[in-house]
Amino acid sequence: MGSWQRLLLFGGGSLRGGGGVCAPPRGSRVLVCRRQLSGAESETLKQRRAQLMSRGLPKQKPIEGVKQVIVVASGKGGVGKSTTAVNLALALAANDSSKAIGLLDVDVYGPSIPKMMNLKGNPELSESNLMRPLLNYGIACMSMGFLVEETAPVVWRGLMVMSAIEKLLRQVDWGQLDYLVVDMPPGTGDVQLSVSQNIPISGAVIVSTPQDIALMDAHKGAEMFRKVHVPVLGLVQNMSVFQCPKCKHKTHIFGADGARRLARTLDLDVLGQSLPEDCGRSGKKIATTSRVIPQVSRKFA
Amino acid sequence: MEEVPHAIEEIKEKMKTVKHKILVLSGKGGVGKSTFSAHLAHGLAEDENTQVALLDIDICGPSIPKIMGLEGEQFLEDNLGVMSVGFLLSSPDDAVIWRGPKKNGMIKQFLRDVDWGEVDYLIVDTPPGTSDEHLSVVQYLAAARIDGAVIITTPQEVSLQDVRKEISFCRKVRLPVLGVVENMSGFVCPNCKKESQIFPPTTGGAEVMCQDLQIPLLGRVPLDPHIGKSCDKGQSFMIDAPDSPATLAYRSIIQSKCVCESCEFTWRRGQKVI
Repeated sequence: MGSWQRLLLFGGGSLRGGGGVCAPPRGSRVLVCRRQLSGAESETLKQRRAQLMSRGLPKQKPIEGVKQVIVVASGKGGVGKSTTAVNLALALAANDSSKAIGLLDVDVYGPSIPKMMNLKGNPELSESNLMRPLLNYGIACMSMGFLVEETAPVVWRGLMVMSAIEKLLRQVDWGQLDYLVVDMPPGTGDVQLSVSQNIPISGAVIVSTPQDIALMDAHKGAEMFRKVHVPVLGLVQNMSVFQCPKCKHKTHIFGADGARRLARTLDLDVLGQSLPEDCGRSGKKIATTSRVIPQVSRKFA
Repeated sequence: MEEVPHAIEEIKEKMKTVKHKILVLSGKGGVGKSTFSAHLAHGLAEDENTQVALLDIDICGPSIPKIMGLEGEQFLEDNLGVMSVGFLLSSPDDAVIWRGPKKNGMIKQFLRDVDWGEVDYLIVDTPPGTSDEHLSVVQYLAAARIDGAVIITTPQEVSLQDVRKEISFCRKVRLPVLGVVENMSGFVCPNCKKESQIFPPTTGGAEVMCQDLQIPLLGRVPLDPHIGKSCDKGQSFMIDAPDSPATLAYRSIIQSKCVCESCEFTWRRGQKVI
């Protein structure tokens, strides 16, 4: 059992709720006792605390039929997460045509995947009332963009977003997939927490542009994944360099090599650099120029 | 939720000393909201008699402290004050992994518990989307009157798609839209001066969207690599590169525009809308 220690305070402080100390009325004496815990007791206490804290959290359960889940994320918006996710899905399919690839867009507020994959329309329902993903270029896709009108804003607070994410994860008839690439929205909030708490994630690819502002948020994104125990596969530096179509002069519009510095700080690999060719051309098949695929495939070999 | 109406009243009282409130919004991320907010604040604060405040409600990715070159300080110049969750973190690399209700609480504190003092312009920089932060700021400022929103976009359809949603959001919550700024609109090669469209306006860009939705196009800001560098160094790009076409575009948007004049006009018109 633990040993008791007595601390006697003369005209000193008394402990009040919240851990603060205030001066007691004059002339009073306060007896404060503190108990030291043994190693085994503190271990039991830690486990008990972890148990209590995890009450109310969703239980992590894999999506039926899906072998590996790769999330493409960044703390920052507009760095090319959706572009990278689309490229990654297409390239995984091109790399090995026997693999079944899915692409899930969990950006509820600004879903870009329908436009990028040139897909429109509402998903059909299967016999078991699951939504059938829409197919193009051999990739099965699901997005909030298929469920709402193109111009309709999704003005939802976090709780409704959690419920929508749950549906996009569990109520889609993916069939048998080797890889499910998940395109995340910017930030480190409800969506990221909901996805990482609900399903086991095989790895996260963090996308950033070279400038410090983007790297700061990408760093936060990487830290977040570490906190929720999702392995970070590495960084992709997007919008690295622009080559003038006329004189071929190269300009580093958003800075140069920032992602390499961040990768060194975080002890991560730079999976590749993508060039801004073809970006903005919606709906066409985008050929990837990154070296992301061999690196990602190697991680899962 | 009974405390919300109470908070709205408290914030209304606090905001009595703030003349104009402008939100900088975009459905899309990475289009330059924070960059524009910061330069709008710099531009307005160049007049020493104008008191400007810049509030950053992007809780997960606060960029304003970096762009304004502030390390834990809230006052840049005598007439320009800044507030952001970035100042409250022990390290700039700390991730803020909060769900909606906690973010709402933070925004309420920024509006109610920050001593803004006598302010001519309060500029609010928002995160992308139409989520908790946007709903909260509109809700809490409901009684205090927001002059309007400036929407930022890039020329490509993937951005415009999200911006249309943002404009629909503004209409739903009766927030007047002061206008749209098209950012990253063209890049001039420093070598041969050829202009390229890095984010091509395949559907006509912001101009066509604004015509369709009958919203003013406040201006187009071209891409300039120095903008990113100035932001990373925490300096005003307009002072670093006063002759850049991007600076001229910013100044034209800030000065001639709707920010100063339409604030009053649009608010009065907005009173009769919908």
